Amino acid sequence: MKKQNKKENDARFEVRLSGSGGQGLIFAGVLLSEAVGVYGGKNVTQTQSYGPEARGGASRSDVVISEGTIYYPKAMELDLLMALTQEACDKYYADLKEDGILIVDSTYVRLVPTDRAYCLEFTRAARRVAGTPVVTNVVALGALSAITGIVDINNLEKVVLGRAPRGTEDKNKAALHEGYRMGQELLKQREAEKAVT
Amino acid sequence: MSTASTIVYNYLRSKKKFPHVWCPGCGIGIVMGALLRSMADLEIDKNNVVMVSGIGCTGRMPVYCDFNTLHTTHGRAIAFATGVKIAKPNMKVIAVVGDGDGLAIGGNHFIHAARRNIDITTILVNNRIYGMTGGQYSPTTPWQKIGSTAPHGNVEHPFDICDLAKGSGATYFARGTVYHATQLQVLIKAALQKKGFSVVECISNCHTLYGRLNREGSAVKMIQWMKENAINAKVAEKKSPEEIEGKILTGELWNIERPEYTEQYERLIERLGGKPPAEEKPEEKEEAVTQ
Amino acid sequence: MAEDNIKLMQGNEACAYGALAAGVTFFGGYPITPSTEIAEILSREMPKNGGRFIQMEDEIASMAAIIGASVAGAKSMTATSGPGFSLMQENLGYAYMTEVPCVVVDVQRGGPSTGLPTKVAQADTMQAKWGTHGDFFPIVLAASTIEDTYHMTIKAFNLAEKYRTPVTLLLDEVLGHMREKIRIPDSSEVEIVNRIKPTVPPEWYQHFELTATHVSPMANYGEGYRFHMTGLTHDPSGFPTAKPAEIKEKLDKLKSKIMQNADDICAYSEEFLDDAHIVVIAYGITARAAQQAVRIARQRRFKVGLFQPITIWPFPEKRLRKILENADLAIVAELNQGQLIHEVRKIAKTKTRVVGTFRYDGELMTPMQIVDKIKEAHR
Repeated sequence: MKKQNKKENDARFEVRLSGSGGQGLIFAGVLLSEAVGVYGGKNVTQTQSYGPEARGGASRSDVVISEGTIYYPKAMELDLLMALTQEACDKYYADLKEDGILIVDSTYVRLVPTDRAYCLEFTRAARRVAGTPVVTNVVALGALSAITGIVDINNLEKVVLGRAPRGTEDKNKAALHEGYRMGQELLKQREAEKAVT
Repeated sequence: MSTASTIVYNYLRSKKKFPHVWCPGCGIGIVMGALLRSMADLEIDKNNVVMVSGIGCTGRMPVYCDFNTLHTTHGRAIAFATGVKIAKPNMKVIAVVGDGDGLAIGGNHFIHAARRNIDITTILVNNRIYGMTGGQYSPTTPWQKIGSTAPHGNVEHPFDICDLAKGSGATYFARGTVYHATQLQVLIKAALQKKGFSVVECISNCHTLYGRLNREGSAVKMIQWMKENAINAKVAEKKSPEEIEGKILTGELWNIERPEYTEQYERLIERLGGKPPAEEKPEEKEEAVTQ
Repeated sequence: MAEDNIKLMQGNEACAYGALAAGVTFFGGYPITPSTEIAEILSREMPKNGGRFIQMEDEIASMAAIIGASVAGAKSMTATSGPGFSLMQENLGYAYMTEVPCVVVDVQRGGPSTGLPTKVAQADTMQAKWGTHGDFFPIVLAASTIEDTYHMTIKAFNLAEKYRTPVTLLLDEVLGHMREKIRIPDSSEVEIVNRIKPTVPPEWYQHFELTATHVSPMANYGEGYRFHMTGLTHDPSGFPTAKPAEIKEKLDKLKSKIMQNADDICAYSEEFLDDAHIVVIAYGITARAAQQAVRIARQRRFKVGLFQPITIWPFPEKRLRKILENADLAIVAELNQGQLIHEVRKIAKTKTRVVGTFRYDGELMTPMQIVDKIKEAHR
């Protein structure tokens, strides 16, 4: 019994997608949850902050992923923090586990609290591949998939195509794969660096 | 044409529920009589009628009438009636309200039902006072008249119910008095036939409270006053403003056509391909047995 | 590959689809955060199935309309939050008195008054029990997961129809807005209960007939029965009465209908109680923090279990009384300043110490708050 309990706790993987209101973080949380839960077969809960915070200030969407039952639905100690703004990075970094993963959008996050962070220019990439920063959230999800492996890129693609507003499917798909490519490249680079040291 | 005795037999819970609670001489009974006679004229199946009321002297009317009757909370008759009508759009739904019940606590429901133009016939008995609670002033108590909570004279001004109904979107408004019982019957009959939110304001007497507080005399005297001061709107058209000053305009004052709510909603259901849920299913009988 | 019936849903969505599965045919409501998605979804879906949705002018009218619709034969519901629930109370009392089946969903937010429209609380627990005036015995359910919300909405309709009474389903802001995976059952898997219909001819029909179960068969308007309903205290035929014996009989009927059927109505869930000296009692969304907390505490060798009332009213006191016989400590966790704890105190014997751990700052209680309370109170 006890072993099983331990497993249940350890099996939780807690993600926070954060940035400012209007960056589509709740939507990104929904996409991630659906890809992991409905298509990936895992259990998942997604919560968010509402209210004035969600209209311009720091905004966030939490996703808890587990093979087992998820009891407490909100994040307790983050395994992964994705920060699209400096404010969000500063505010939520303290909630990240010691060995947790930090991914930031280096278009806006200049002061990174750890050198282990994965820094990628999501907003700039969104402008480059889709001509609009609106799909920054989707670029970030693609990178998240490549870096962490918690969500299958194919499942993400299904969900993104299913939920994207009509007429924006191509842009969203391009954004997702660009993010994935950027993530993979960064991983390779890191491994190369590791090999050198 | 039904005789008085067949109306009593057909439409009143005559064996069970009498004597009624109203004071001797009260006009509400005359309104009830006019309503029942107009129903008899139209040969409406009483199984298909829902009569809804709120709280107050007028609110007691449904208990005496042999329809599907719903005596609800104070002011909410029209809101309950809205639910009934939407659930069973083919039923004839009548809301019977008083002036305090229908226009003060229930004023919001009155204007919104009018705005929706939902097919409810509202019989509004206006005796210008809260009778059941003891003579407090209501939204139709005239300026400077006395109520038990306006002992120095009313400093508020009354609603013009016709303007209120018109302005809110009702498609039919008529006014009658309990002296003109036959005219009242004709007006209610027309309101019952109108598809839409229709209102008949019935000027009634509360001699027990309003009459006594304002020294307007007995029931007979108050009804006599109605006879002398009511003027048919068509006749009034030909008179000068001075001649109709202070008179009660009676008759049909407003009658227009506008799409009715439940018809519009049925159309919406049709457009979306929805089928109304089957009404009484035989499985439900089985349910009753297994329980 | 995803199965078609596995969906990611918000609590409010699950409530709306649960209502559709239960066969809702009438919804009357008024917009209020955090319940609005329920009305939005039903306004879209109900007319497609021939159901009818209306946005009323306020919550008073909403409650009135769902009662009117139910008497006319609809399966009716409304959804609201604290301020609206307050406005509904008078007419909710009318429904208790006139024994009208209907469902009221209260997606709780912080109060009193306007309070915290977008933040969580469980502070309507006692309002759901005592909200309207007079003696009455409500059925109130509290859901804690999205899957629960779906099934308990169906259960609420079934209980309302079975016992001819309003049923309140308590959700909260977090549950209403969070998303979780849910398996939508096939309609053949869903049990639907309908009101018991009269078998007697109209002239024998009594709308409030005294029966062995205290539940009276119910005709609908338009079926030839022409009964009277009034909020005045009434006799079995439905007409007002002033006779002391009939008044008492009516009020006894309202009580017996619920309390004598409490075993059938009451639902709860239990975890790790076999050897527990410490019993955590939590309901609704807080039960999930408690589930996590008892697991953490078990790892730390505390003999702790969880009792989760699913029907909070009637309170499952018979079962809890039995459980507390072996417990030294009961810890009640709620998102308010202590409401259901009074119920636990009432039934706990002197041997069992009852303490509360509360949170009412608009945030969800964390598992660690409960674990800390276990550690602290255990000493």
